[in-house]
Amino acid sequence: MRYMLIIHNDPELHPTPGSPEWDQLMADYGEFSKQLVDRGHTFTGDPLNDPSTATTIRVRDGETLTVDGPFAETKEWMSGYYVVDFDSLDHALAAAAMVPSAKYGSVEVRPLAEM
Amino acid sequence: MDGALESVYRADRGRVLARLIGILGDFDLAEEALADAWAAAAASWPAAGVPDNPAGWLVTTARRKAVDRLRSETASRRRQRAWGELAITWDLGDGSDPIPDDRLRLIFTCCHPALSLEAQVALTLRSLGGLTTEEVAKAFLISPSAMAQRVVRAKRKIREASIAYRVPSPDELAGRLGAVLAVLYLIFNAGYLPPSGTELVNVDLCDEALRLCGVVVELLPDEPEPLALAAMMRFQDARRQARLDDDGVPVTLEDQDRSRWDGKGVAAGLALLERAQDMGREGPYGIKASIAALHVAAPRSDLTDWAAIVRLYDRLLAWEPTTVVRLNRAVAVAMADSPAAGLALLDDPELAQGLTGYHLYAATRADLLRRSGRLDEAVVWYGRARDQTDNVAEHRFLDKRLEQLAASVPGAN
Repeated sequence: MRYMLIIHNDPELHPTPGSPEWDQLMADYGEFSKQLVDRGHTFTGDPLNDPSTATTIRVRDGETLTVDGPFAETKEWMSGYYVVDFDSLDHALAAAAMVPSAKYGSVEVRPLAEM
Repeated sequence: MDGALESVYRADRGRVLARLIGILGDFDLAEEALADAWAAAAASWPAAGVPDNPAGWLVTTARRKAVDRLRSETASRRRQRAWGELAITWDLGDGSDPIPDDRLRLIFTCCHPALSLEAQVALTLRSLGGLTTEEVAKAFLISPSAMAQRVVRAKRKIREASIAYRVPSPDELAGRLGAVLAVLYLIFNAGYLPPSGTELVNVDLCDEALRLCGVVVELLPDEPEPLALAAMMRFQDARRQARLDDDGVPVTLEDQDRSRWDGKGVAAGLALLERAQDMGREGPYGIKASIAALHVAAPRSDLTDWAAIVRLYDRLLAWEPTTVVRLNRAVAVAMADSPAAGLALLDDPELAQGLTGYHLYAATRADLLRRSGRLDEAVVWYGRARDQTDNVAEHRFLDKRLEQLAASVPGAN
């Protein structure tokens, strides 16, 4: 079954580019991806740019509404994701605990609704 | 229900259901098929007699019923079943062979940490305890429809998120076993100290927790913590009769008539604890059971070895650095040393803040103030404790204390 690991971060708690913690984090992400490959998991995943770069579209009555944002009230925002095939939730949870950003923010584990 | 059928149901239901979930890969289908098989048993056993291996008969019959159900279902409904019909076309046999015991897989699945604690409790009681959703709802004082919804949601999550039907691997076992034991102890305590209502002790849930813990002990014979939990529940259970006086007012451990404790239950608890301790791996339930053992071993309350209890709480804090453990430790310090020493620990701002609104913090503080002779303050804190619990029996106890204090403090009421 495929699961999405949704990474949420509070930018105030998360390392920033240029710091030694950031370099370590990037190295850890490289290691994490390598682990997934070594264990034979097929996966996709990418980091996301921050919410200030987001645009939201709604189509109502045939009309397209475009707004800047969203700027959520919460401090945490989605900063990246993986979609990985696992045998069961336990494996997905074990992998989620190894996502480097889990130390700073949180990782939500959601099964994909297979159609 | 026929007596023979009833006893088969009580003895074998959990095991049969666990096996069926293992075969069918689906909680709902297993429950429906078991209900069908049960109806078939009720129709045929009274005339034909109970089969030699009723559990095997039920599993075989339920498998056939499940196949019937799947055949008559629409394709879309079938797709919602977890493993579908893969496994159930196997050779069914004649039901005379002993069935493998899948109850451990079932209990670890019901108590999976990805489910809410309430759902874990409800699923465990329904599937292994054999309680109906209505009975579980009643025990936890929520509406049957809310409880049913909780169960439906949990079963859906097990299916949709692929929570595996398995016993955790050895490196996961300690943590996952802790979750199972926490659920069992919660069930026991829900029976022992219900949050409201007129009865202090809800006998059925205590018995159910003891029985389920016995199943875990039987299935994981090399683990000390289930034994220790079983011991702890036995000790608490042995004091059941002495916990209320003739008027239904709770009696503190200190004032209980120890001759009313169930000596057989205490002995059974001590034997279980000894088995756990012989394994030499101490865990939190082992420590808690040792504390309970020191209480029941004292022939009089003033002969309790409080210093040893304080040392055990120190060790427990390494496992569970919680405010509730610190509260209990403060009581032990008060008894071993002085009420003032206990009160000093309760004054800790972090502890006081963490336990704001918890009636046992207020009641403990009131008790230590009373023992220190600070009666005016004790009255205030007993009053707070009373406001913070809905349990009628606890109210009676706190009212009694307030009456006693009113008699000795002029002007207090």
